[in-house]
Amino acid sequence: MATEILMPALSPTMEEGTLAKWLVKEGDIVSSGDIIAEIETDKATMEFEAVDEGTIGKLLIAEGTEGVKVNSPIAVLLEDGEDASAVDAVSSSAAADDAGEKAVAPAAAPADPATPAAVPAPVVSNASPDWPADTPMKQQTVREALRDAMAEEMRRDDAVYLIGEEVAEYQGAYKVSQGLLDEFGSRRVIDTPITEHGFAGIATGSAFAGLRPIVEFMTFNFAMQAIDHIINSAAKTLYMSGGQMGAPMVFRGPNGAAARVGAQHSQDYAAWYAQVPGLKVVMPYSAADAKGLMKTAIRDNNPVIFLENEILYGRSFDVPAMDDFTIPFGKARVWREGSDVTIVSFGIGMQYALEAAEKLEAEGISAEVIDLRTLRPIDYDTVIASVMKTNRCVTVEEGWPVGSIGNHLSATIMERAFDYLDAPVLNCTGKDVPMPYAANLERHALITTDEVIAAVKHVTYR
Amino acid sequence: MAAKKAVAKPNVSTEELKTYYRDMLLIRRFEEKAGQLYGMGLIGGFCHLYIGQEAVVVGLEAVAEEGDKRITSYRDHGHMLACGMDANGVMAELTGREGGYSKGKGGSMHMFSKEKHFYGGHGIVGAQVPLGAGLAFADKYLDNGRVTFTYFGDGAANQGQVYETFNMAALWSLPVVFVIENNQYAMGTAQARSTSTEDIHTRGKPFGIPGEAVDGMDVLAVKAAGAKAVAHCRSGKGPYILEIKTYRYRGHSMSDPAKYRTREEVQKMRDERDPIENVRIMLVEGGHASEDDLKAIDKQIKEIVNASAEFAKTSPEPALDELWTDIYA
Repeated sequence: MATEILMPALSPTMEEGTLAKWLVKEGDIVSSGDIIAEIETDKATMEFEAVDEGTIGKLLIAEGTEGVKVNSPIAVLLEDGEDASAVDAVSSSAAADDAGEKAVAPAAAPADPATPAAVPAPVVSNASPDWPADTPMKQQTVREALRDAMAEEMRRDDAVYLIGEEVAEYQGAYKVSQGLLDEFGSRRVIDTPITEHGFAGIATGSAFAGLRPIVEFMTFNFAMQAIDHIINSAAKTLYMSGGQMGAPMVFRGPNGAAARVGAQHSQDYAAWYAQVPGLKVVMPYSAADAKGLMKTAIRDNNPVIFLENEILYGRSFDVPAMDDFTIPFGKARVWREGSDVTIVSFGIGMQYALEAAEKLEAEGISAEVIDLRTLRPIDYDTVIASVMKTNRCVTVEEGWPVGSIGNHLSATIMERAFDYLDAPVLNCTGKDVPMPYAANLERHALITTDEVIAAVKHVTYR
Repeated sequence: MAAKKAVAKPNVSTEELKTYYRDMLLIRRFEEKAGQLYGMGLIGGFCHLYIGQEAVVVGLEAVAEEGDKRITSYRDHGHMLACGMDANGVMAELTGREGGYSKGKGGSMHMFSKEKHFYGGHGIVGAQVPLGAGLAFADKYLDNGRVTFTYFGDGAANQGQVYETFNMAALWSLPVVFVIENNQYAMGTAQARSTSTEDIHTRGKPFGIPGEAVDGMDVLAVKAAGAKAVAHCRSGKGPYILEIKTYRYRGHSMSDPAKYRTREEVQKMRDERDPIENVRIMLVEGGHASEDDLKAIDKQIKEIVNASAEFAKTSPEPALDELWTDIYA
């Protein structure tokens, strides 16, 4: 019987890809293992192999097609003896089965709670904008924005260099450093062995001596191997030396859960690093913020922890088309103005906060949404002013609940705005468990928009 | 005390020999004074004395050039004095005073001098090794011809990050001299109980890093080995390992009773191998200095050390607002 060849998921977070090239044509006989197509993900171009033998009956997607959804049919494979008429049969039955198939095949990206299809709500308000109102904007992914920020700063200052695993020849494990080796060469874009403790220490030593390294951790999970140098060597030396020398450097990489990569690859370190004096901690949501904050981080004379997110890398946002655009640390961004409740979040938590706010609006609840953007320093004033206006607050983050950023904000709000509160501050966080692998369990372990909505209804007594 | 083993006639000038004698004696007397001040409660916390190991830093500083860098662990007073940092500033840091190199905020284990290219003063065993390679990385990046001396002990030689660093230092040909100060005890654990190899310098071999063992009680032997190592690094050939066999006379820190070795073992080393006594004998028996000459040096050192103690006692404690400075640049 004829079978469909489906668009494959080629990375944990892939939702769609480009069918770059067909290496077979209709009528070709293929065996299992033959390369039949090249598929471009947001990270790489991958070869796609046939998993069965047969004759290519029909190519359903033309080569060069972008945005082909994972699990959608891209070709029909005929068994021995079947002719082209079998193609139509399988196509029509597939359409009928479509709904049912999705329900029993949760592996595909659409079931992933961390990757909702909707792009976040547009900025309703930005009380204190980071760029002039008439600035032309361009669409850019977070990934491209980060790359551009690094490239611009490397052009500006020869002391800035990038070091990490697969940052140079591989173009970045998550393609963030794409093109940098070509432009800057191997003196300034440096592949390391897999040796986080060692290269974090070497980079820190070079910063003592006046260089300005950008250290990429393939993910922040691996930075636990290096955390002694991040904290004991980089964060404390300025103090221990009485101000004589410090570590002007950036530690960056994806942080937090990606999609179904299990307990050891899915941890949010925001609250950990935010606790450490001597560090600055940045966790952007949008591409514009990623760019402006990265440029500020590279210019900062202190060690900066820059927490990115794999799921956000591929998201597109408006980015100001300006020559030299930076965003200061310690300045929150108000994404939506509202009067009934303040929702405070940062990083990928913002997508739940913004989605919740949009749904709540439909129910007549007006939520103000604040993106902290930096966690050290934290813009307390913007949060406190908002809470004094709305009298209620819900915090949203993906990290664990104990000692969370939300806990800290709750305490600060209690100290500075106790008399303004009409309800306890609620913290929406990830669950207090290691990250499970099963799709349904992972969905439940992370924060959900519904949980944010429920928390808001709780504090607004609806 | 009399050294039984007279050192063979070296090819070294009288002035150089006197300088080494003076520099080693300064460290010895400074450390003895620090021990006293610790006993008086003027110095707190951990205090790791360098007594017995003086020839290591003095021999290597003899081959350092202006701009070369050095970094070490928490047993760091000797390194600072040897590279020309001011005794007053070091002692005042030990007492936690405003006049200390870190304004009293670093303490015995955490001092730095940008001016003298001394990069600490690190309290986590082995952490200074990649940091030191990083200093060398910067020199190579800037192509300035400088070399970094990265000191660590036989104990640190068992930390994984040392070998991560050996790999990258060799891979990238970093101009760094790894100086293993093998004083034979990692705190209370003798080398034979902690370390699978007798000659730690051979551990560079799999990474392609040449290394050699050096008599660390002989300042001239250290100097000669140092000159070779530095020439290797400066010529662009990458790192070099010197395993300098030395001995600390005192405990690991002031609070270590050193029950893991006998008094006789320590006394024998003092009597037969003392690095300062060795140079004294060379100077006197070689007719390069009279007892009176050496007494004059002793007196001068005593004055410097006493002045540093006085400064360290009288320098005020840091102002309370220093608590909040130097956290961010």
